[in-house]
Amino acid sequence: MMFANLSRNDWLLLVGFSVVVLAGPIILQPLGAAYPALMQKFCIYGIFALGFNILFGLTGYLSFGHAAFLGVGSYAAMWSFKLFTMNVIPAILFAMVFACLFALIIGYVSLRRSGIYFSILTLAFAQMSYNLAYSVLTPLTNGETGLQLSRQDPRVIDAMFGSPGPGLPRASLFGVDISGGGYPGFYLCAVALIVCFFFAMRIFRSPFGMMLRGIKSNQNRMRYTGFNTRPYLLSAFVISGLYAGLAGALMAATDPLVGAERMQWTASGEVVLMTILGGAGTLVGPILGAGVIKYFENIFSSFSDRTLHGFFSFLPESLQDPVVSFFSLFVGDGWNLTLGVVFMLIVIFLPGGIMEGLRRAWNLVNRKGDGGDAVPVGQTQPAE
Amino acid sequence: MSTRNVVLHVADVHKNFGGLRALSDVDLQVEEGTVHAIIGPNGAGKSTLLNVCVGRIKPDRGSVIFDGEALDNHQPHEINQLGVSRVFQTPEIFADLSLLENVMIPAFASRDGSFRFNTIAAVSGQKDVRESAEHALEDVGLLERRHVEAGSLSRGDKRRLELAMCLVQNPRLLLLDEPTAGMSRHDTNSTIELLKRIKSRGMTKVIIEHDMQVVFSLADKISVLAQGRIIADGSPDEVRANPKVKEAYLGEVQE
Amino acid sequence: MDAILLQILNGLDKGGAYALIALGLTLVFGTLGVVNFAHGALFMLGAFCAVTFNKVLSLESVVVDPTQTTAWGSPLEVRTPYVEAWLGDFGVFLHNYSVPASVIIAIPIMLAIGIAIERGLIQYFYKRPHADQILVTFGLAIVIQEVIKKFYGANPIPQAAPADFSGTAYVGTLLGMGDALPYPWWRLIYLLFSFVVIGGVMAFLQFTTYGMVVRAGMRDRETVGMLGIDIERRFTVVFGLAAVVAGIAGAMYTPILPPDYHMGMDFLVLSFVVVVVGGMGSLTGAVVAGFLLGILQSFASMNEIKSILPGIDQIIIYLVAVVVLLTMPRGLMGRKGVMED
Repeated sequence: MMFANLSRNDWLLLVGFSVVVLAGPIILQPLGAAYPALMQKFCIYGIFALGFNILFGLTGYLSFGHAAFLGVGSYAAMWSFKLFTMNVIPAILFAMVFACLFALIIGYVSLRRSGIYFSILTLAFAQMSYNLAYSVLTPLTNGETGLQLSRQDPRVIDAMFGSPGPGLPRASLFGVDISGGGYPGFYLCAVALIVCFFFAMRIFRSPFGMMLRGIKSNQNRMRYTGFNTRPYLLSAFVISGLYAGLAGALMAATDPLVGAERMQWTASGEVVLMTILGGAGTLVGPILGAGVIKYFENIFSSFSDRTLHGFFSFLPESLQDPVVSFFSLFVGDGWNLTLGVVFMLIVIFLPGGIMEGLRRAWNLVNRKGDGGDAVPVGQTQPAE
Repeated sequence: MSTRNVVLHVADVHKNFGGLRALSDVDLQVEEGTVHAIIGPNGAGKSTLLNVCVGRIKPDRGSVIFDGEALDNHQPHEINQLGVSRVFQTPEIFADLSLLENVMIPAFASRDGSFRFNTIAAVSGQKDVRESAEHALEDVGLLERRHVEAGSLSRGDKRRLELAMCLVQNPRLLLLDEPTAGMSRHDTNSTIELLKRIKSRGMTKVIIEHDMQVVFSLADKISVLAQGRIIADGSPDEVRANPKVKEAYLGEVQE
Repeated sequence: MDAILLQILNGLDKGGAYALIALGLTLVFGTLGVVNFAHGALFMLGAFCAVTFNKVLSLESVVVDPTQTTAWGSPLEVRTPYVEAWLGDFGVFLHNYSVPASVIIAIPIMLAIGIAIERGLIQYFYKRPHADQILVTFGLAIVIQEVIKKFYGANPIPQAAPADFSGTAYVGTLLGMGDALPYPWWRLIYLLFSFVVIGGVMAFLQFTTYGMVVRAGMRDRETVGMLGIDIERRFTVVFGLAAVVAGIAGAMYTPILPPDYHMGMDFLVLSFVVVVVGGMGSLTGAVVAGFLLGILQSFASMNEIKSILPGIDQIIIYLVAVVVLLTMPRGLMGRKGVMED
């Protein structure tokens, strides 16, 4: 039933996507990114951005507080690890339930307004969560130190099946260790990403998704056309909150230290950036954006002046120093600067993101000389 | 003709904007299956009246009764679901979607109601919706361009698209706010033809119009609004003969 | 009673900073129609004008005086800031008053920066959706703050208020009341300063022809444009003005809060809330809401309140914003038709 009405193109896309994700360790080899700790990060942020895109890309509602759901998911998963079991499945369920409830409340209130007011409301809620996580909610979040596992945790379900071994327990999937950046962790995240992609694709192709795009295009018309837009928006908001909760749970499972900075509004800004960079409103774009950002973050932030000197050693001595000191602005600690510059360039020159760039390049190659006007909309869909 | 059902009853509606009286004691009865034109000079309150009918503006006093149900506390989408569709003065369409999608969305609204969390089905599998949308596009002569982005249409075509978006819902009452404003003579004529063609479907229409040619070639009944009041009401011939109307409105037009 | 007065005073200086930032934010929004997420960064840049100015003034010449020795027997190094060596007493004065003096430096710098940003970036975004404006200025804010971080490091850099004003003012005594109401002098100065700047901006907009055109542009941009007035040029100036107001607000705030590279973002989020509470595009609304929220925040951080509602001091501003937005869609004093759909 779920698979019955996928079109042939969608099947190809889904299969192609799955192959690419699962073959990540091979495909990313030449890029030097084929180690599981990094690849699972791609997947986790891919899920986060994919969900954010269901809200922002389809409805046009720009939430500046989505990191709150990620944080709630992480904390909930962590408590599941601490109280019940190190198995990741209950942790994920727990995280999604809490993120869903949280999104339901915040969305219900925030969606009473639109445009910039909506952005500010979501921002206000996220900042409240962040501030509270740092102050009064310390018993739940362990404040600045961050929530982590401890040998003293009850873990009631695990305790029923025997006493814990020495050392800190590790998150697992029915006995398979998934924390600590091994392949099992990556494959768990990869499968989660593929499942999430599948559901996102269903939403994009469904009447529901069409109505969301209608809301983005002309909400007023939607109302006079007989649609109650609020439940549509709230559903989209909660779905994207669920995605964020799942991403948060996976994050907690693979790196068992949860800090409140995960909820800060700069973290919300990051997912906005990923979505925009890849291409808001496209299916694959946000995942691509997440991957690109996390990949370059990994490379750039590990650069030091030494590496740069090595890079520019072909230059004469007199040029080398100024060039290196200029580029050192953008690497290492300066990675955020690169991020900001890229962000601006994308918004200014390529608001459609990478996907738009690819589409333009494709058009350029495919029909030179064709004026390119009146592109039929129906035909541009496969580019997603 | 006089024994027909009253579909829309605007009952003693009163509306002030600040100190300005936009509508005063407007009472209007629209009978089922008729084309009812509302004419009047600029600023007579025609658009306000239409906005009251679709719930965009709440009247200060009085109420609008559609098919026996008062619309006072209804949201716009609820009014639409009752069977009232509206064409706006400036076309309200989904500019970045294709024509087909533009018409499929309202078709979904009539089929699935104001909200349905339908994420399982694929749009491409909804044959019935697609067919009715294509049918509506064919009615307005835009079928060949169904894959074109709506924002790229000319103003006249956007109006026709919006009309298709309303027709696909098969509304019981269709409200048209100056459907030919800003159109060339040619486009106006083809719109008149189109409206005449769909007249036979028994859909009730309320039409606000400046263009007397349009009004007299379509309307079964005409109400004349001036300074927020209805000053005349009747068949086209009666209205044409009414001295008050000549004075207030037609006199200027006919030189 | 005096506890309440003291809390009001405590909230006022912060409120002054909020009001000053929000004033520029809402001015830019009302005239240019641009949502500027980089406005907090301008506040931070102003603060770093003060830091830089102080650094320059603190450059010292080191002279080894062979006639004197330190307690350890080595020759004493006499350090004199150049400014004091060259300008004598005036130099000493200038060094002492580096924070207020930096305002004079900050004005042209911030004006130049503001105009550069408007001409170089913002002007291309007048017709773009608000979401794009938010995104591009958000990017700009990141760029500005990262550049500052690169040059000044990540740690806060404390600035001293002039020695004459670093002590405590007994406000109650000054006003002839029974209670002394001790309050830091500099905060009092900041409060007065914010009043003066707000008054100046308001007077400029209210009483000069230039300001009148700008206000007319806030109400109806197209008509003003049709009158043949080059509204775009004025908008550039408005953006520059907003940058200057934010900048000097930041410079003067340095003795109260040691500036670091992300202070702009912290204040920006709050200032947006202030603008929204005051009503988008309303100048008086922004000022009133700024002071109001500052005072509310200060009340919320009283121990008596915190013991009843733990954590309230952390969220009070956001909470107020949520309530105001939901109950008064246009904020306290917002005009009809601004940012409505």
